[in-house]
Amino acid sequence: MSHDAHGQPAAAASVGLPSRKTGVLQALEVDTRLLGMLGALLLIWVGFDLATGGQFITPRNLFNLSVQTASVAVMATGMVLVIVTRNIDLSVGSLLGVLAMAMGAIQAELLPQIWGLDHPLTWAATLLVGMALGAMFGALQGGIVAYLGVPAFIVTLGGFLVWRGGAWWVTEGRTVAPLDSTFNLMGGGIDGAIGATASWAVGAVVSVYIVVSTVAARHRRRRFSFPVKPLWAELCVAGVLIAAVLGFVTVMNAYPHPERRVAIDLVDTLRAEQATGGLSAETLALVDRMPAELQTLVADPTGGNRRALIRGLSDWPELPRPAHGIPIPVLIVAGVALVMHFLATRTRFGRYVFAIGGNPEAAQLAGVNTKRVILSVFVLMGVLCAISAAIAAARLQAAGNDLGTLDELRVIAAAVIGGTALSGGFGTVAGAVLGALVMQSLQSGMATIGIQTALQSMIIGAVLVLAVWIDTLYQKTRK
Amino acid sequence: MTETMPLVEMRDMSISFGGVQAVDGVSVSLFPGEVLGLLGHNGAGKSTLIKMLSGAYRADGGRIFVNGAEADISSPRDAKTYGIETIYQTLALADNIDAAANLFLGREIITPWGTLDDAAMEAATRKVMHRLNPNFQKFDAPVRALSGGQRQSVAIARAIHFNAKILIMDEPTAALGPQETKQVADLILQLKREGIGIFLISHDIHDVFDLADRVAVMKNGKLVGTAPTDAVSKDDVLGMIIIGKCPPGATPGPGAASEAELAATGAPALH
Repeated sequence: MSHDAHGQPAAAASVGLPSRKTGVLQALEVDTRLLGMLGALLLIWVGFDLATGGQFITPRNLFNLSVQTASVAVMATGMVLVIVTRNIDLSVGSLLGVLAMAMGAIQAELLPQIWGLDHPLTWAATLLVGMALGAMFGALQGGIVAYLGVPAFIVTLGGFLVWRGGAWWVTEGRTVAPLDSTFNLMGGGIDGAIGATASWAVGAVVSVYIVVSTVAARHRRRRFSFPVKPLWAELCVAGVLIAAVLGFVTVMNAYPHPERRVAIDLVDTLRAEQATGGLSAETLALVDRMPAELQTLVADPTGGNRRALIRGLSDWPELPRPAHGIPIPVLIVAGVALVMHFLATRTRFGRYVFAIGGNPEAAQLAGVNTKRVILSVFVLMGVLCAISAAIAAARLQAAGNDLGTLDELRVIAAAVIGGTALSGGFGTVAGAVLGALVMQSLQSGMATIGIQTALQSMIIGAVLVLAVWIDTLYQKTRK
Repeated sequence: MTETMPLVEMRDMSISFGGVQAVDGVSVSLFPGEVLGLLGHNGAGKSTLIKMLSGAYRADGGRIFVNGAEADISSPRDAKTYGIETIYQTLALADNIDAAANLFLGREIITPWGTLDDAAMEAATRKVMHRLNPNFQKFDAPVRALSGGQRQSVAIARAIHFNAKILIMDEPTAALGPQETKQVADLILQLKREGIGIFLISHDIHDVFDLADRVAVMKNGKLVGTAPTDAVSKDDVLGMIIIGKCPPGATPGPGAASEAELAATGAPALH
């Protein structure tokens, strides 16, 4: 065996290692299901891009798409675990509603009384309280499911109505706005993105992480003399992942702030610098490059001049516009997905979740406290609903009591399209996030080409059924 | 045998489900290195009795002693701390996870960072599976993809890996071919030599008669009697199973049929 050359014990041979795998896909050990979904996603994107005359695969649209996907994607990572344990949560949309309202009320009405408006900690305190409330509501539902034995379908159907009613009750129907300005960053938009430099930094860190974890996993298997993937396959997978990450950063960095917004900012800078004794060298260099008619306006950018200058700058093709970079809600999704993937695959809790889904009785006989695991899954779902509620409210910069309506269906559909088996025991976090992206791509693509809302719902419904049918066929042929 | 302390002693065990007395005042004991065949028709209460020992059911009445000390068993986890391991008739495997994950389910090996040490678990699984089933290779496949015999090996591996002192095997060969049945028999003899006490549950006398040192027969939730296998014939034991008739070599229990009952069934009277 090749391990011997590396000074590894030959014991591996005595416990019977399988012969080296053949076939490229097998050697890569890539989830073919996930690959199929990526293919479908690509097909959808290219299709809409052709149908809209090249308006779909643009940095601007992909930026918006990723922001729109965030809230559902966060909840979908939790729904995977709920469904894997053979349960369901129909209440997530309503839970999102009540938590958004609660967080709205806390930051707009409660906290300002304590420490004034726009305190730097308002967003964090709000989010923490929201997550604690989410955990409590989740525990209530999970407790009834696990310890009182009421089917999750019924408990969360009840929750669907209860929490939506609660969402109205928090402010008696009043929409809460405006929200805290730092809190609003969680919703994306011009300010809610981290800019070009930070985006590259994030891309670099993630790339390093991919390399380190690949090496660590390989090292771990070597330590026990297990067969490892061929080196070229390992490099291939890591290379594709890194290319995807850096590609995403490139696209997000290719979406500059809108001209008018940049022009207004620039005019404000000019006025501020003029008021404090002269323009800075940087601004001066920029003014030097402006056309003459704009330069004359710069001297006194007030009143009518200000409006003309903003208009002129907006039309100036050389106006340097900073890039958006990675939207903050996408960073939140990435963080949540990483944590959830880790929980699902690397911890005892995750192992028990899947064991319960495969055979609840076996898990119990093996000494697993199945009730506590199911309770924990619902608690986790509640916490994720709070994070989604923050993203959704921040995106609208307001909390209304109808927020999250129909989200339960989007979330369940995302998990199911992402390969989670409703019979339990199978599902991946990455699949669910991808499922959420597929759903959102369809929806915004159809909106872009002007398909009526009613028809959009019908198509999405049909696609859901089609996706599950294809998956059923796939599962059959794999056996 | 009388001088050794029993490994396990179950005294006067009872349990009922919704008014049905599934097990009624059954007392049995098991000695180190002994194979006790627990026999009876389907529904005689064998599996139910043993589930009280393995912690799957909580007994309504009765006491369990392990090595002479009273044991409090109210969950499968409790039973395992007393060294009681069970191989269930259904195997109790989670089909969607691999052999190592099943083997260590509930007793995972954890890295210093608190995460699952899958590599260590796979290594241990390779070792124990090699002993039981040297041809076994499917370490990264879910248990669903395994054959009946391979699944059985995983269930047995799970029971013996954690240094069981008392092993409960519920119909261990029901789903196996002759070759695999032979393997299980060899394994039982090997474990017996190591001083492990084994409960062998079956509704088929042929499965257990040659392996067991003693048989205990249940009928309608009661103990008909126990007998050393060298003091009774297969026919005698069949008589115990079918009509509850206790032969001369056996120790009768509360479930043994009286002479009057036997006369009513037309069976020959007791000696």
